[in-house]
Amino acid sequence: MHIHKHDAIIIGAGGAGLMAALYASKGGADVAVVSKLYPTRSHTGTAQGGIGAALGNLDDDKPIYHTYDTIKGGDYLTDQHAAKILAENAVDAVIELEHMGLPFDRTSAMRISQRRFGGHTREFGKELVRRACHAADRTGHMILQTLYQQCIKNEVAFFDEFQVVDMIVVDGVCAGVVAIELGTGEFHIFHGKAHFFATGGWGRCWSVTSNAHALTGDGAAIALRRGVPMQDMEFFQFHPTGIYRMGILITEGVRGEGGVLINDRGERFMERYAPSAKDLASRDVVSRAIYLETRAGRSIKNRGYVHLDVRPQTVNRYFAEEGKDRSDFIDDATVERKLPDILDFCRTYLGVDPVREPMPVQPTAHYAMGGIPTNVDAEVIIDAAGTVMPGAFAAGETACVSVHGANRLGTNSLVDLVVFGRRGGMRMADYVKRVDWTDLPKDAGSEIQAEFERIRNGDGQSRPGMLRAKMQQTMMDNVGVFRTQETLQQGIDDLAELRERFYADLRIDDKSHVFNTDLMEAWELGCLLDLADVTARAAIERKESRGAHSREDYQQRDDENYLAHSLAHHDGDWAAPNIQTSFDKKVDLSLWEAEIAQGIAADQQKFRPKERVY
Amino acid sequence: MDVTFKIRRRNPDVPDQQKPYWQEFTLNEVEPTDRVLELLHRIKWEQDGSLSLRRSCAHGVCGSDAMRINGVNRLACKILVRDLGEKIQVEPILGLPVIKDLIVDMQPFFDHYKQVMPFFVNDEPLPADGRERLQTQSDREQFDDSTKCILCACCTTACPSFWANEQYVGPAAIVQAHRFIFDTRDQAGAERLDVLGEPNGVWRCRTIFNCTPACPRDIEVTKAIGEVKLAIRKGATSGIIQPDAIH
Repeated sequence: MHIHKHDAIIIGAGGAGLMAALYASKGGADVAVVSKLYPTRSHTGTAQGGIGAALGNLDDDKPIYHTYDTIKGGDYLTDQHAAKILAENAVDAVIELEHMGLPFDRTSAMRISQRRFGGHTREFGKELVRRACHAADRTGHMILQTLYQQCIKNEVAFFDEFQVVDMIVVDGVCAGVVAIELGTGEFHIFHGKAHFFATGGWGRCWSVTSNAHALTGDGAAIALRRGVPMQDMEFFQFHPTGIYRMGILITEGVRGEGGVLINDRGERFMERYAPSAKDLASRDVVSRAIYLETRAGRSIKNRGYVHLDVRPQTVNRYFAEEGKDRSDFIDDATVERKLPDILDFCRTYLGVDPVREPMPVQPTAHYAMGGIPTNVDAEVIIDAAGTVMPGAFAAGETACVSVHGANRLGTNSLVDLVVFGRRGGMRMADYVKRVDWTDLPKDAGSEIQAEFERIRNGDGQSRPGMLRAKMQQTMMDNVGVFRTQETLQQGIDDLAELRERFYADLRIDDKSHVFNTDLMEAWELGCLLDLADVTARAAIERKESRGAHSREDYQQRDDENYLAHSLAHHDGDWAAPNIQTSFDKKVDLSLWEAEIAQGIAADQQKFRPKERVY
Repeated sequence: MDVTFKIRRRNPDVPDQQKPYWQEFTLNEVEPTDRVLELLHRIKWEQDGSLSLRRSCAHGVCGSDAMRINGVNRLACKILVRDLGEKIQVEPILGLPVIKDLIVDMQPFFDHYKQVMPFFVNDEPLPADGRERLQTQSDREQFDDSTKCILCACCTTACPSFWANEQYVGPAAIVQAHRFIFDTRDQAGAERLDVLGEPNGVWRCRTIFNCTPACPRDIEVTKAIGEVKLAIRKGATSGIIQPDAIH
């Protein structure tokens, strides 16, 4: 076993990990970034439309409006103090990204250009606001590249293609992580004072997803098995506009530029579901509308998809109806310039040119609102009281602060990872100066090594690819946009059977050590199965509809019983875990409480949980 | 339709697979719109789990799955069966050591990348108002094309000059340098031009043009290299990219 010692170990090299690495290293910590992918391969790079920050470069805007939108978008499950920090820090973080060289598009006043995005408004819902700072339709790519470049400049140590597979917890303290060097198959221990999980989401639990193959929830699953509960797992966002059948994301920025959703009758159906925000209502609302149109027989050719139309003649017709100024009208060149990657995807994969034809789209599994619970300084917490696990940190999609509540607003994933990556990096720099090293146990890593030998030597009948496909199908069918007690129970039963086969009947072909992707994919499947199971179990316990969690048998939001975060605890038995879900972690409602304390009348309170209307 | 794959393989861990060899696989019920990556996955997941490749995003953005497909560098996730036909040959990209099957050692590629100072440099005081540095949209567009680079190595490993001399920094590193050289906010252009003016810099480029069609992001790679050459000759970066010629 090779042992590496660094103050701060960053696991994952997407936006959150690199941001943390940069700020921890600027703060004086000796940092190592351990990533299963080369950093520039991380999924942050696929984020398209923009990063929200109330810069006010084009419209009047303030962080408090962004805070409000985030809380409302999250269907009031958002922790209000965290949303406030998110919106306030977003402004500084975006400016710092520009200072690092990020090539944002520019306004005529040479400032960072901004565009409209779903659910982002000014003056507490009055009208849509241009808040999403963008670099064409590859904002995430620019963020990822810029952060990696700055890490190179700051000489951060990288362990590329080292996959972390376990965490070492000693008397409740995270003392290290175990990784496999993919190129050799050898095990390494990274012994740190601070360990920062930035491993992304687990969209690969579902069959139609915008997520990369690498998004298998490794960090979350590892933490879950080692005693960290998962928070709010029942909330998983389906983005309304994935390319039909393939799931590749078509940015909300298309609708931000005026694109509209059209059903088989040629109707702009979002006018019925969200009379005010229409196509730019929050994502959960739009995804449900597409499903409801489909059920009513109004999907295109009755095939379960609708059209996303950004042809200038269509966009301008609706702009004219809405009384927009002719100067806002778009032409072919606007679409080409503002959405080049989207055009490229459609032309490549569909043979469809969005300037001439509408795009076929359907909802696609996109983003985990839930995950590893943390406080606003990215410290991992392990219970409803907020007890911190010393040495463990997390940010980005794998974490749950919670700023996204029951439904994330577009652009807020990028905001989340830069804001909390940055805060976590700063906190770690301070933390590693204050604490001593925790000694590693003598047998550190032996349990996970044995688990890998079990997988490698399996001589059963079940191939990982087949088990994964079954898992993805049952999650799509039973734990998707709409849920009932029956579908969720079916999902839980199917997952139990799949896990049993994973532990008793697995077989892989590749027995070698160098770059054994067969082995790694099998282990990743175990992570997905655990997270899928926790998702279904949290979903069956939450007997209400809120944000992205839509129960057909409990269609109303129930603040009396469920205005609370779920925490799902794993008992540590990997092969046959007992999962217990509780709802005793309170939602932070501090902004609303402040309004009450100020004596503001109930109907004037901005932050009081109320029915969401778009 | 049925599609036959011929795949170049090697596994350094298995005694009789250490030397590269070809292996054929046949897939049924293939759709013309299937991506090569999906089909490689079908082979891996249904027929032979030991087939090894890198991949992640599956839609041409992360740059993991550069391969030589029917003799041309491609991303496996961005080339469809309808563009290739019923016989598809897949081998690792050339010019980098093969580790296993379609996986090559990317370290030399990233080492070249790091040679060109691929990061923003500006040590002047930040704007006093605490806000962003200013830049016109037309200045921003000067280097737009080179910001699209995803470091997949399709261009560099399609370049005969790189095949002939692995010390050559290669097209991708030059594109990365271009991204900063022509950014009006950056201050290290002269140093980058010095690096690229060395014998293993831009002058190894013989304008063979393989790099441009190889780029899955449609970056005009050869043109970018030409602009860097011109900047070195002129000893300046201004006036090289005309606003009306922005690509």
